[in-house]
Amino acid sequence: MFSRAYKLAVALPPLAWVTLFLLVPYLLMFCYSFWAVASGNVVHQWNLGNYHDLLVKDVYRETLLRSSWIAARVTLFALLLGYPLAYFLSFYAGARKDLFYQLVIIPLWVSYLVRAYAWKTILGTDGVLNTLLQFFHITQHPVDSLLYSPFAVVLTLTHIYTPFVVLPIYAAMEHIPRNLVEASHDLGASPMQTFWRVIFPLSAPGMIAGATFAFVLSLGDFLAPQLLGGPSGIMISNIVVSLFGAAYNWPLGAAISFCILVLVVSLLALAERLEKKWSYS
Amino acid sequence: MELLVSAGGGAVQKSRWLPVHTAAVYAFLYLPIVTLIVYSFNGAGVGGFPPRNLTLNWYRILLQDEAIWVSVQNSLIVAVAAVGIALGFGIPAALALDRADFPGKALFRRLVLLPLILPGIITGLSILMLVNVAQVKLSLATIILGHGTALISVATTEVFAGLQKLDRAQEEASLDLGANYWQTFWRVTLPNLKLPIIGAALLIFTLSMDEIAVSFFLIGRDNTLPLEIWGRLRRGITPEINAISTVLFVFSLLAIVGWYRLRAGSTGPREVDQLGL
Repeated sequence: MFSRAYKLAVALPPLAWVTLFLLVPYLLMFCYSFWAVASGNVVHQWNLGNYHDLLVKDVYRETLLRSSWIAARVTLFALLLGYPLAYFLSFYAGARKDLFYQLVIIPLWVSYLVRAYAWKTILGTDGVLNTLLQFFHITQHPVDSLLYSPFAVVLTLTHIYTPFVVLPIYAAMEHIPRNLVEASHDLGASPMQTFWRVIFPLSAPGMIAGATFAFVLSLGDFLAPQLLGGPSGIMISNIVVSLFGAAYNWPLGAAISFCILVLVVSLLALAERLEKKWSYS
Repeated sequence: MELLVSAGGGAVQKSRWLPVHTAAVYAFLYLPIVTLIVYSFNGAGVGGFPPRNLTLNWYRILLQDEAIWVSVQNSLIVAVAAVGIALGFGIPAALALDRADFPGKALFRRLVLLPLILPGIITGLSILMLVNVAQVKLSLATIILGHGTALISVATTEVFAGLQKLDRAQEEASLDLGANYWQTFWRVTLPNLKLPIIGAALLIFTLSMDEIAVSFFLIGRDNTLPLEIWGRLRRGITPEINAISTVLFVFSLLAIVGWYRLRAGSTGPREVDQLGL
């Protein structure tokens, strides 16, 4: 029904733009990762030195592991908080479903940075939480370990990504035919059995989508750790930021970024396969 | 609907802890936002319980803070331009994915959608390298380039979802009746996609206003609002930041309400799409 000219007209402009401003930059990042810095300048000397550094220097491996551990905890907590919420929304909210759904969305309209900042004002030494604990005489002295710790980063990122985990799980649950639930009940399954044998497996693709989102985006975050993490909460992207700033080593920064890119793309591919495998339709 | 009701009441037994858990999660989601708003009226600074010396002073200071309003203006310029670029390329991209076949289509789809899930730092840095190699000076224009390009993903996802629900027969009829493709696009396709396009525009606008990871690397001399706030957070914090955040939150709420009015007026029940990946 659509002519060749039509197809060309709709495909060419976005294809050209995306190639020039996404594909070429990603490839350029790949090139940069094989270059070097000599006397404060980037020189186009192809070598594997940056990747070698990443392999042998402990700081990069340790920071990447710490970042993954932080991201894994964020993902776990977001699932633990988000899954029952999505379940409640889909099966129990009844007529107020729309309202409850909106209540999940609304926090997303408050700037990411501002929410991280709000946690900072809550967790600080003179912050809301500490002064509240002292006001009710629960503690005598402020608890210093709240802010500037991996805990603060995990808490803030969990807060930020929980809605992103709820939404796909909710969407998956909404697509579960209600007569399957009914059938399971009629055939004598207990509510627990119905949940574990029918609802849980059918909501798995939504869980994977949400978990991937939370893990990948918290893994690459550099703002929350810089704002709330302190020295023990430094993440891999903070190293990249410093390599592109004060430390001025773009090629090494590009090598780390490219590794993150490869990691993310592999995770996405894995998630996509799992979602396909576990979706029922 | 009948089944839904009976499933809620019978097949799935009501549990006691589920509503409690739900309430707790909502409390967790809203605690920082409520704190933020309450302390924007707190005379004694950003912390300290209970809040004391309630005042509108921080809003007064905010009103007179020229740097903030310049950055708001910059953010508005960037957001409007980003909406233009993202829709300008995202709508044809969605049409192409829906109805054209070309070599590399699968790769194209992945590439367009990648910035949606990739940490912003990667996209920001790679565009920075392009800008650097091309020897272009960093300015608001480079931020617009970054936002516009990254957010094509949002426009494409939304419009593509809209196209799936579009009745092809209308376009076919238009073509049969002698309209050319251009006329059909403007008079049939586009009006039918009005809601997804407005939805995408709102989303892109909001995401751009809030964006910081990509802007962080492409910033020139002019700050956007998030970068202005970021700069202040590192110098020491006052409830003025709470005040500007509260103002923005109120505007966002108004936008959501307006959007739902608009949508409720023209469609049936809402359908939830997955994150588009």
